[in-house]
Amino acid sequence: MMRKLLVRGMLTGIAAGLLAWVFAYVFGEPEVRNAISFEEANSAPEPMPDHGGHGGHEEEEVVSRDVQSTLGLLTGVGVYGIAVGGLFALAFAFTYGRLGAVRARATAGILAAVGYVAVILVPFIKYPAQPPAVGAPDTIGKRTALYFGFIAISIGLAIVAAYAARQLAPRLGGANAILAAIGGYIVAAALIAVALPSPESVPEGFDGTVLWRFRIAALGVQAVIWATFGILFGVLAKKVVERPQVALAA
Amino acid sequence: MATAAVPTSPAASAEPVPVRIPVREVLPWALFMGVLALFMIYFVGAEQGATAMFSGTGVHEFVHDGRHLLAFPCH
Repeated sequence: MMRKLLVRGMLTGIAAGLLAWVFAYVFGEPEVRNAISFEEANSAPEPMPDHGGHGGHEEEEVVSRDVQSTLGLLTGVGVYGIAVGGLFALAFAFTYGRLGAVRARATAGILAAVGYVAVILVPFIKYPAQPPAVGAPDTIGKRTALYFGFIAISIGLAIVAAYAARQLAPRLGGANAILAAIGGYIVAAALIAVALPSPESVPEGFDGTVLWRFRIAALGVQAVIWATFGILFGVLAKKVVERPQVALAA
Repeated sequence: MATAAVPTSPAASAEPVPVRIPVREVLPWALFMGVLALFMIYFVGAEQGATAMFSGTGVHEFVHDGRHLLAFPCH
C-alpha cells in the first residue's frame, strides 16, 4: 500500500510540476526578466565582485537565459513537485484515518490547505521570495539557513497543533478544538517570526511593482502545486486506501 | 467524535470508516522517501547557493529561475 501511495504522490507531483511550470512561465518569467534587466543596468557602472556564480549573469553565461526560463524552470519545479509529492504521500499515510471519519479525498484537501499555509505561506510572510537583484549575495548562507529553519519550525508547530486539536476535541468539541489549535499555531509562529532576524536588502531604485508581482507569482506557483495535491492526490489515493469492502461482499 | 469500531448497519458499511495505516508500516518508507525528497529539494533549492557539493555554478544556473519562483533564497 505504501509503495502505491508514494508512486501516486510522485505522479501527482509530476502533474503539479507541469501545471506550475506553465503558471511560472506566464506569470513569473516576465518579472524575472524585469529584475534581471534592473540588475544588469545597475551592475554595469561598478562591476560586482564575483560571488561564486552570480556575477556570471551577463558575462560568461553558464546556462543561457532561454534555457533557464524554459527547460531549467521545468526541471526546477518538476523535481520539486516530485519531491513534495513523495512527502505529501507520506503525510497522507500518517494522517489518513487519524482525523476521525474524514475520508481520503477530504484528507488530501485538508493536508494540502494546511501544508500550503504551514510550509509556504507562513515562512513566506517572514522570508518572502526574492527576485534576481534582491538580496545581498554575502548573506545567502544566513538567509538559506533561516528560511529552511523557519519552515521546519512552522511544520513542527503545525504537527503539534494538529495533535493538540485531537487531544482537545473530546473536551472542547471538534470545531472549538480546531480553532484553539489554529490560534495556538498563529501565536507561536508569530512570536518566533518576530524573534528571528530578517536580512532583507532590496536595492535602491528597484521597482516595487516588479517585486510585488514577482512575489505574488511565486505564491501562485506554490498555490498551483498544493492545489494539485489537494485535488488530484485525493482522487488517486482514494483508490488505494478505500478498498471497496461492500462491493466485494455484494 | 466517536467512531464506531464495527459497522452497525448496511448503510454504515457502505461508507467505510477510514482504516489507518499502521505507523510501523509507514516508517521504513518515510525514511527512504524522506531522504530522497530532501536530497531533491536540496538540489533545486540550495545546491551551489549557500553550500555546494559540486564545484562550479552549473546546477545553480540551470535551476535558477525555478529556485527564485519557488521562493528559495537563490543568491
